[in-house]
Amino acid sequence: MSQTIEAPVEVQEPDIGDDERPASDAPWIVIVWNDPINLMSYVTLVLKQLFGYSQAKATKLMLQVHNEGKAVVSSGTREKAELDVSRLHAKGLWATMQQD
Amino acid sequence: MLGRGIDRRRDGQFRVRLSAGEREVLAALPGQLREALAEGDPSLYRLFPPAFTDDDEANEDYARLVGQGLVEGKLLALGELERTAHAETLTEADLGAWLGALESLRLTLGTQLDITEESYVAFDESDPDAPRLALYHWLSWLQEEVVQAMSG
Repeated sequence: MSQTIEAPVEVQEPDIGDDERPASDAPWIVIVWNDPINLMSYVTLVLKQLFGYSQAKATKLMLQVHNEGKAVVSSGTREKAELDVSRLHAKGLWATMQQD
Repeated sequence: MLGRGIDRRRDGQFRVRLSAGEREVLAALPGQLREALAEGDPSLYRLFPPAFTDDDEANEDYARLVGQGLVEGKLLALGELERTAHAETLTEADLGAWLGALESLRLTLGTQLDITEESYVAFDESDPDAPRLALYHWLSWLQEEVVQAMSG
């Protein structure tokens, strides 16, 4: 399943010049967005299951999603972010990734 | 005497208390969603969200990479719900499949019904969609039961 993309494939980015720091160096963040269908309790459970977060941390993130519309739930390399997004999508959460 | 719903037993398995009619619904819904998946119904878009907000090319790569796996995972859960809809006792793995299948069913039905936060506050019986709204709210109740049983 989607876990198979975990292989840390390092993609060589083309050199775009010394004065421009390659954007690929910045960490990627994974965002969960609020939606009217997912149950609050379900979002909390998924964050605990997927990331091993404590009840307190998962609840805090869920409330941030609910009250502020979104929350950053994980970060790291592009590959890790893509894996995390796919795991969240497998659970039905609305998740996207972007460079911080 | 406990009411309807799902409870964790001491042996780690789960007891399911639902009516025969409710179980018939649970057994029938996976087939309907499977059909919609085969047809690529547009109301399924919520099951496969884009990974990037503003990069179509990256989204296409992402869909190529994980799309099939996502579909297979959802089909697997639907099949398990169909298979165990009439079971009195479920293992934790069975209940995990119920949770995933209920999620897919609610996302699809909720998208079709254009569910908003307000949909949970007021229920209009004269709404032409009232029967499907009632189904949606029942699925929400059942998913909450599953979440509470797994969290407890």
